[in-house]
Amino acid sequence: MSKLWSSSIGKKLVMSLSGLFLVIFLLVHLVANLFFYGGPDAYNAMCVFMDTNPFIRIMVPVLALGFIIHIAWATAITLKNQTARPVKYKVQDLSKSSAWESRNMYVLGIIVLGILAWHLSDFWAHMQLQHFIGGEAVASPYVLLVETFANPVISILYIIWIIALWFHLRHGFWSAFQTIGLDNQIWIKRWKCIAKVYAFIVAVGFISIPVAVLLMRCFCC
Amino acid sequence: MNLKLKIWRQKDAHDKGHFEDYHVENVSEGSSFLEMLDILNNNLIHEGKEPIAFDHDCREGICGMCSLFIDGRAHGPDDDITTCQLHMRKFKDGDTITIEPWRSKAFPVIKDLVVDRSAYDKILQAGGYISVNTGGVPDANAIPIPKKNADESMDAAACIGCGACVATCKNGSAMLFVAARVSSLALLPQGKVEAARRAKAMVAKMDELGFGGCTNTGACEAECPKGISIAHIARLNREFLCAKLKD
Repeated sequence: MSKLWSSSIGKKLVMSLSGLFLVIFLLVHLVANLFFYGGPDAYNAMCVFMDTNPFIRIMVPVLALGFIIHIAWATAITLKNQTARPVKYKVQDLSKSSAWESRNMYVLGIIVLGILAWHLSDFWAHMQLQHFIGGEAVASPYVLLVETFANPVISILYIIWIIALWFHLRHGFWSAFQTIGLDNQIWIKRWKCIAKVYAFIVAVGFISIPVAVLLMRCFCC
Repeated sequence: MNLKLKIWRQKDAHDKGHFEDYHVENVSEGSSFLEMLDILNNNLIHEGKEPIAFDHDCREGICGMCSLFIDGRAHGPDDDITTCQLHMRKFKDGDTITIEPWRSKAFPVIKDLVVDRSAYDKILQAGGYISVNTGGVPDANAIPIPKKNADESMDAAACIGCGACVATCKNGSAMLFVAARVSSLALLPQGKVEAARRAKAMVAKMDELGFGGCTNTGACEAECPKGISIAHIARLNREFLCAKLKD
């Protein structure tokens, strides 16, 4: 294993493994969010389960570590890659040779990270965090969710955030398998297809909730 | 056709360099891009000016010498070709064409549009060879090789080492070049013996020479004149990671 982690491929391995961990987390988070469609009782019961389940409680700090590693390595790799071309091209057209999201993963990551901070303070800080610090969690997470997303500005910001995540996942998902080496001439097309399907499901699933809240408000009014 | 050219001029490796504008007239649509530069250089020589230095050799798309970043793309606005195979019919009369050298820390400019690509030779010297004693030439059917492996190996061996992958990659990564060499040898029985050592040595040298890392954008495959697939990069990753985990 000598010098594996300092090699360019080793650093990418860290990115892909932490990325795949976050990919699994997103699916769990999405499933939890979709309890919203079961009504207040179902959603609140799911929140109680998430707040009290020992496995989930152990995984929260692991998840935070996963995020930190993914962001730290991405920053280090991006800075290193910037040094490989000290003199830039006057004209460079990469639009015909590569996907936009693949060239802007770090920018997309920064957008995701930036709004993640707001997202945590809006929801998580009033819900699961209170169980960690011995505080009092919000009585009905369902009401908190509906009231938060009833604000169109917050909902639109949330949707922009998920769109950035959507593009990040479209490249990140298949790229992780390519970096690990689980890829070949046939699977490269399959992974890209699976990545698009996965990213689409995640994005539509997350976006559907603020949209549903706003529609509910429109019809109720 | 008449064209306006914006060409990078740099006296030597230490010069800062700058763009200069040129006009070239009566260029045939059937001439190659390098022939157009020949016409321009001929004019410059007649005017008593320094001709533009650019790399070229076989002019039939196989030596890998011609480079040039033309209008923002390695080897210009066409697919699966080298610059010598680029024809002027791909441009329009009156076009302004920007011509730059490969830009990479590992490929320093020597003069004008000529870059030093010996970093590729150094990577090859680190492990891009077979050192096992293979004896005399065996009968063609003495060592059975699956058709799939032979085909994939030959596809990877099509690399001409032109440097377009590095030039086009946003990270200046040489992964496609290294992957092509590792893949073409690792797929064959004679090359398989040293596959682990080769992958480790070539990647270490690639990192040491200042090339960037791969972020799987796929631009290298799209601009490779031989259309070498990034699936070979997956094989390199696999070979390298397996080798390192066994250490």
